[in-house]
Amino acid sequence: MLSYTIKRVLSVVPILLLVSVFVFLLLRLTPGDPAAIIAGDQATPEQLERIREAMGLNQPILTQYLSWVGGIMRGDFGTSLISNVPVLDLVSQRVMPSVSLAVLTMLITVLLAIPMGVIAAWKHRTWADYLVMSFSVLGFSVPVFLVGYVLLLIFSVKLGWFPPQGYRPLSGGLMPFLDRAILPALTLASIYIALIARMTRAAMLDVLNEDYIRTARAKGVGERRLLFVHALKNAAVPIATIIGAGFALLISGVVVTETIFNIPGIGRLTVDAVLARDYPVIQALILLTAGLYVFVNLLIDLSYPLFDPRIRY
Amino acid sequence: MLRNRDLTDAPEVLRIRDLVVELTGNTTAPPVLKGISFDIRRGETVCLVGESGSGKSVTSLATMGLLPKGALSVRSGQILLDGQDLLACSARQMKQKRAKNLAMIFQEPMTALNPVMKVGAQIVEVLDLHTDLSASEKRAKVIDIMEQVHLPDVARIFDSYPHQLSGGQRQRIMIAMALILEPALLIADEPTTALDVTTQKQILALIAELQARHGTAVLFITHDMGVVAEIADRVCVMRHGEILETGPIRQVLEAPHHGYTQALLGAVPSLVPRAARVLAEKPPILIAKALGKTYRSGSVFGKKTEIRASHDVNFDLSPGRTLGIVGESGSGKTTVARSIMRLIEPTAGQILLDGDDIAHLSTAAMKPQRRKLQVVFQDPFRSLNPRWTIARSLTEGPLNYGVPYDKAIAEAKRLLRIVSLPEDALKRYPHQFSGGQRQRIAIARAVMLEPEVLVADEAVSALDVSVQAQVLDLLAELQRQTGIAIIFITHDLRVAAQICDEVLVMKRGEVVEQGPAAQVLHDPQHDYTRALIHAAPGRFWDFAARTPLSA
Repeated sequence: MLSYTIKRVLSVVPILLLVSVFVFLLLRLTPGDPAAIIAGDQATPEQLERIREAMGLNQPILTQYLSWVGGIMRGDFGTSLISNVPVLDLVSQRVMPSVSLAVLTMLITVLLAIPMGVIAAWKHRTWADYLVMSFSVLGFSVPVFLVGYVLLLIFSVKLGWFPPQGYRPLSGGLMPFLDRAILPALTLASIYIALIARMTRAAMLDVLNEDYIRTARAKGVGERRLLFVHALKNAAVPIATIIGAGFALLISGVVVTETIFNIPGIGRLTVDAVLARDYPVIQALILLTAGLYVFVNLLIDLSYPLFDPRIRY
Repeated sequence: MLRNRDLTDAPEVLRIRDLVVELTGNTTAPPVLKGISFDIRRGETVCLVGESGSGKSVTSLATMGLLPKGALSVRSGQILLDGQDLLACSARQMKQKRAKNLAMIFQEPMTALNPVMKVGAQIVEVLDLHTDLSASEKRAKVIDIMEQVHLPDVARIFDSYPHQLSGGQRQRIMIAMALILEPALLIADEPTTALDVTTQKQILALIAELQARHGTAVLFITHDMGVVAEIADRVCVMRHGEILETGPIRQVLEAPHHGYTQALLGAVPSLVPRAARVLAEKPPILIAKALGKTYRSGSVFGKKTEIRASHDVNFDLSPGRTLGIVGESGSGKTTVARSIMRLIEPTAGQILLDGDDIAHLSTAAMKPQRRKLQVVFQDPFRSLNPRWTIARSLTEGPLNYGVPYDKAIAEAKRLLRIVSLPEDALKRYPHQFSGGQRQRIAIARAVMLEPEVLVADEAVSALDVSVQAQVLDLLAELQRQTGIAIIFITHDLRVAAQICDEVLVMKRGEVVEQGPAAQVLHDPQHDYTRALIHAAPGRFWDFAARTPLSA
């Protein structure tokens, strides 16, 4: 187990290096002179030269890459071109809202999607199953922004239950946080619930046909225990895998959702940076999300032995 | 020895009367069970024997109240357990009765236990559900029953997961789980079919021992007449959802009155080897010299491990002869077959096919040789591509070797006739055939290429005994006509005794004994061969002759 963990952690390194090469080339491969892009239309030749010098653009490309990566290792992601604030400070201010939103979304998803999938499998080919499957198709096909606006319209505008926009940190108390975070989390969760409910149903249908389920019935095990103790743990590995793979959906969903609900998180920062062509910030954000994705999936891979003792590393 | 106990004075435990089970919602199709009646007394073992589709498992599931929902349902009849009609019980009452009053063990110990729960916890669960014992009392009771089923090192096994145990140990866990509450009735549905013969013998003895201790009534379901002879007091012979014949074991074996029972008994291959065939000596087509396969695994961090799957296998095989490779699971017999087929590359020795050493040929160099080596696998339900017509499956091989389509189809038609299938089978798909028919198609597919050597890997093990006899006859007939050499891999000594000229007995990758079939099976020299023969169920009985075998 330990040697496998070390191996898996080490295998993350080449992935992140590859990502860093792409991110680095992002700026260099954009048509035209990066310095000209950064400096904007009004720049004088002297200003351009100063920027080139400051960015090290006159050095060989490999040297540029190495010094860039070296900077990142020391926590230096460069400086935002718009606000002149170090990128690291900019990003770290925005991390907490997004992370707390993502965690809340995950919680909602797991609490709703897994029971939905279990019930759909248990009541296979009945109205309960069809209801869950219809919701699943809907969740997949309706765009996130539409879900967001519909939820806003119903729960904020019409019913007035929740404030329409804004963010309160969790440190300011759970209820104020939930008050503003619940609608964005539900928005974000819609597609994720659809995906995981569907996967749970498929995995459970397989497991419910297994011999050991019949054995459990022959022992006199009741239906609830049968589903949630005997079957669900056996179905857990594919479900966990899809939770990890679906994390990419969450990342892209965050961008849209934070914009709709005006949450000062990573997603909003991404939109702002892209619109302003703030390249150092964009680079840092891509590295961050790629790293997060790899990290989440690493954790999930390493969690398999908890669900299934036959998986040994 | 036959058990054949007379228990007519013992109280009745299970009484089934006119039980009719039908396909749910389909009243026009004939029912799956057409009104069967039998009973079992305290301490008695009744065997339901029949071939696949006869309704024996449906009978057991109906008794447990576990018929698959939405597929099968009881139309009429009674199932009385200690006088109470189980069919009149609510779902809740049935749930309470399971494990407590009636329990069941299943065929596949490999899949019947929950793989993510420790086996101790799985037995404890029965007590959780049905008793109010304290945690320590439960543990003590579970340890006690685990000792009763003769599990070694009980404390360790209690905390083991199913995959850490052998098949025999898992079946012991199943039996412990079924009997911990001392139910009046134990239903055993083919409990030893998936086990090796030596393990089977132990499990049968264990069931008999616990039955004697607890006075359990046992409903034992099997297709294996040998097992029936070992364990039954009385027998019910089933076919197509009906009980054709029922009676004490001795009566059924000695004087079966129904034609089907007679045919069934006649189809059981005898353990007495057939007379050795005298054939014109021909130079061997296949020679294995010091053949071996060792699997090596290891990682950068972990230590290297070696598994010697087969070691120092030597034989030669002449055209028209059959070599049997006999052994239990894990003996390496399939590894040998796969090495010869060059599905894997052996790590030692030579394989001379028609004079050429094929042991280490590359994929490309092997291709022209492949035609000469064909295989028939165990499971006819998985060895034919379900989306291909029979014509496509049969002609694929010849087309690969450049035979024109017309010629390949003509050959396919000819072979279908030989394997007794109609010509229009060509247009159909595998699911439209029974297991026996599919295995005959698989054999036709193998001989399409006119191979020199046919490898049959447990080719009749999944088949009913009467179908098994037909397939064995077919192989013998093909061999007589074409002079093909056959390597017959089997765990079943009865089959080996009837078809093989030479036999090679393997254990844990080593060949322990080898020689003419008549000699090895009649006068075994190695202890392991003797143990195998000793464990063959019903070895004291000659089923076809309906008499005990004189030792």
